[in-house]
Amino acid sequence: MPDITKHLQQQISEARNQGHKLAIVGGGSKQFMGRKINAEQLDVGGHSGIVDYQPLELVLTVRAGTPLSEIETALAEKNQMLSFEPPYFGDRSTIGGTLACNQSGPGRPWWNSVRDQVLGVNLINGKGERLRFGGQVMKNVAGYDVSRTQAGAMGTLGVMTEISLKVLPRPAITLTLSREMEHSEAIRFMSARAAEPKPLSGACWLDGTLYLRLSGAHSAVEATAKQWDIPVMANGDTFWQQLRDQQLAFFAGEQPMWRFSINSTAATPSLKGPWLLDWAGSQRWYRGDGEMATMEAHAEKAGGQVSLYRGGDRTGEVMHHQQPALQAIQKRLKHSFDPDALFNPGRLYSWL
Amino acid sequence: MNTDSKPLNTAASKPGKAELAKMFREFIDPQFVITDEETLKPYECDGLSMYCVMPLLVVLPETVEQVQQVMRLCHQFGIPVVARGAGTGLSAGAMPDAGGVVLSLAKFNRILHIDPLARSARLQSGVRNLAISEAAADYGLYYGPDPSSQIACTIGGNVGENSGGVHCLKYGLTTHNILSVEMVTVDGERVVIGSDGLDTCGMDLLALITGSEGLLGIITEVQVKLLPTPEIARVVMAGFGTVDEAGAAVGGIIAQGIIPAGLEMMDSHAIIAVEAFTGAGYPVEAAALLLCEVDGTKEEVQEHIEKAEALFRDFGATSIRTSKDDAERALIWKGRKNAFPAMGRISPDYYCMDGTIPRAHLGQVLNEMQDMSKRFGLRVANVFHAGDGNLHPLILFDANKEGELARAEAFGSDILELCVKVGGCITGEHGVGVEKIRQMPMQFTDPEIEQLNAVKSAFDPQGTLNPGKGVPTLRNCQEYRAINAKPQAPEVQHA
Ligand SMILES: Cc1cc2nc3c(=O)[nH]c(=O)nc-3n(C[C@H](O)[C@H](O)[C@@H](O)COP(=O)(O)OP(=O)(O)OC[C@H]3O[C@@H](n4cnc5c(N)ncnc54)[C@H](O)[C@@H]3O)c2cc1C
Ligand SMILES: Cc1cc2nc3c(=O)[nH]c(=O)nc-3n(C[C@H](O)[C@H](O)[C@H](O)COP(=O)(O)OP(=O)(O)OC[C@H]3O[C@@H](n4cnc5c(N)ncnc54)[C@H](O)[C@@H]3O)c2cc1C
Repeated sequence: MPDITKHLQQQISEARNQGHKLAIVGGGSKQFMGRKINAEQLDVGGHSGIVDYQPLELVLTVRAGTPLSEIETALAEKNQMLSFEPPYFGDRSTIGGTLACNQSGPGRPWWNSVRDQVLGVNLINGKGERLRFGGQVMKNVAGYDVSRTQAGAMGTLGVMTEISLKVLPRPAITLTLSREMEHSEAIRFMSARAAEPKPLSGACWLDGTLYLRLSGAHSAVEATAKQWDIPVMANGDTFWQQLRDQQLAFFAGEQPMWRFSINSTAATPSLKGPWLLDWAGSQRWYRGDGEMATMEAHAEKAGGQVSLYRGGDRTGEVMHHQQPALQAIQKRLKHSFDPDALFNPGRLYSWL
Repeated sequence: MNTDSKPLNTAASKPGKAELAKMFREFIDPQFVITDEETLKPYECDGLSMYCVMPLLVVLPETVEQVQQVMRLCHQFGIPVVARGAGTGLSAGAMPDAGGVVLSLAKFNRILHIDPLARSARLQSGVRNLAISEAAADYGLYYGPDPSSQIACTIGGNVGENSGGVHCLKYGLTTHNILSVEMVTVDGERVVIGSDGLDTCGMDLLALITGSEGLLGIITEVQVKLLPTPEIARVVMAGFGTVDEAGAAVGGIIAQGIIPAGLEMMDSHAIIAVEAFTGAGYPVEAAALLLCEVDGTKEEVQEHIEKAEALFRDFGATSIRTSKDDAERALIWKGRKNAFPAMGRISPDYYCMDGTIPRAHLGQVLNEMQDMSKRFGLRVANVFHAGDGNLHPLILFDANKEGELARAEAFGSDILELCVKVGGCITGEHGVGVEKIRQMPMQFTDPEIEQLNAVKSAFDPQGTLNPGKGVPTLRNCQEYRAINAKPQAPEVQHA
């Protein structure tokens, strides 16, 4: 695939001159996230391809429109992986969209998030300038960490064109343990297991069943499974893949889906409806109707925040509100990157 | 942030030293508002004593409300504020501003809460790094990032510099190990960034604050993640006949799918100096030494240690020693931990650089540095985080000899330029501060510098937080580029 950075810069300059707004689209598949916006499409999906991959350095540099599937294939050849296990479907999900939305899978508490694994980004700001922050090395503290600030900004700060990531070796073996357990006992149990020095890499509870995943050296995984004495599940890998890609029955249907990012040990908010607990209790999904303000109060009581992830009213606010002083800083940050508010206006917050 | 609180900022309205001290003493215990020369003296620099400036005054507030009031007053009058943790920074990040206030967080030294089940700890920003792990040890937990200065440095300073240590290769830097910070903004607002959860909505301001060198706000509280203490850790010490072989072995370990808990390297200057200082049993005949620590479950460590030993042998190791117990492990690490003081014994002064390179270039860069060493007529010793490609060349010099300091600085600048040339960067963990502000234009273009300055303005529109540090102005960039374009290495005789 060709490098279309120049073309993207041109499109941005044109939009700027004509006073148009731009909706940045990677695979175009994540429209359900964030708020509904009305803007011209800027397609970055055509900016695709692996730029550099150094397995010995554990570093991968790719164009932002590169499909996750292409990345996974290249890494698997060297027995490595994207440790944050991004959710993906078919060929359409891109690495740019994954970082912009800060999407990480079930291994996140142990293997870090996409945000954590980013080493550097190239981006085009609202003035059409090409900028490079961070780099391809593990440690870099020159200047502010603009690369990681892209995580969760949903494309409001610029168009990412290139991303460097830290990759990790694949674990030698993975085992899934599962047993029936009641909701609140599961919260305590997952936290207690996570505080042990064992090769835990996933902890989820759904429909009265607890699932634990062990990954690592053969000897360590097998010894831990024996010690914990929880039955080994057949086809465990399929469960985690379906959890990651939100293909489990829990995720299907029209009910609004709320994502709580809270203290892993907090009691689950008393709301009627199905819950799924992931990340050893730190990420909890709820299906059901609710008012944003009520949900926020529940989340804050549990030490964290909530977002209306899918469904519901996409014209109101869908992200947890910001403290006024932090809102002011984010507005000024947005302005500093994108003075004419070209990119994804209102996608993250109505005021951004 | 309050946008209508415009600074008065005129010479007439700006209070003098005595007047300002009087205002501070109205809400801070008077003995913690320091104005006399003698007591101010220890604050004139941080760990990089080449850069000294006497501040107008120093305050040591004891509560967040006091920090807020200090900030409000300084904001009102446009007075610079420099936050200070333990002052162990090595890039003059906490160096005072001559017309400004040093705000020391020394009184913020309480561990507020440890939650063993949630594996987190809430700390005031002046808590020492090592104190966190000591307190968490009761619960079988510890705090991952372990800078060599961990006995003294504070968690607030660690956030300021995004500090790392030996364990960073496997467990990450400060940025990977914190959940939230409580911060006082330049105009005195108290904000919380992050939460008890693993992420929050909106732009990732926590990422921006981490490593921001006190330029974006005053951190008063930090919530960190704690990790389960591994069942066991063992270290393999392997000597090599050449630097290239040791460099190749570093890549070899990673290729095996092993991520060591620590992977450190020393060159022969460092090995000899350290052995003379600590008697840890290092192979003094080796040209390079690797210390490779593996941690995890007993079974996993056994498996990985065997693999590592075999691999080092394949890569040509001339000596291998593996710790049998924690006492031997501590002895082997003692040498590495004392490497800096050991240099003090073989040279009157040393200048510690901090650059990062892609690991593949380790051998090449170390060899080029030896050539530079001849050119500049100064010895250079290397002891560093090889697993991260984070170099810490120690340039040995004598400040009492005419021109040696200037030569050491020029040598250091050339090393950083080399780091950038091979795809690395000018600082891995010590920060830019004042020290490396001249090298920023080597790594960044003008529009990038402009963008970084705009980020700063989003937090600190008047630019009174730690001014002159971290990011240069565009005008200064042009000057620095012009200076850097001149030939750097003076013609000197070989040492
Ligand atoms: C619950 C769930 C359901 C899904 N359902 C489907 C499905 O039905 N069909 C399907 O094909 N995929 C689906 N996906 C996959 C999803 O699209 C991917 O997870 C994600 O990577 C999307 O990438 P994208 O490139 O499509 O993002 P997009 O939808 O194109 O973009 C997402 C956000 O990131 C921003 N962005 C994208 N690229 C950049 C960039 N380079 N620079 C700056 N900002 C950028 C966008 O502006 C937007 O705000 C689903 C994922 C999840 C989690
Ligand atoms: C012998 C030695 C070994 C070292 N080894 C390492 C190492 O292995 N890894 C490493 O990363 N560093 C190392 N360092 C450097 C230094 O110890 C670290 O950068 C440390 O994090 C600084 O902490 P401090 O509390 O001393 O901060 P200070 O030096 O006081 O301040 C550092 C910076 O942070 C800012 N700051 C401090 N506190 C706050 C606050 N509360 N709010 C906002 N800003 C604040 C200051 O303004 C300044 O810019 C070493 C230093 C020495 C002397």
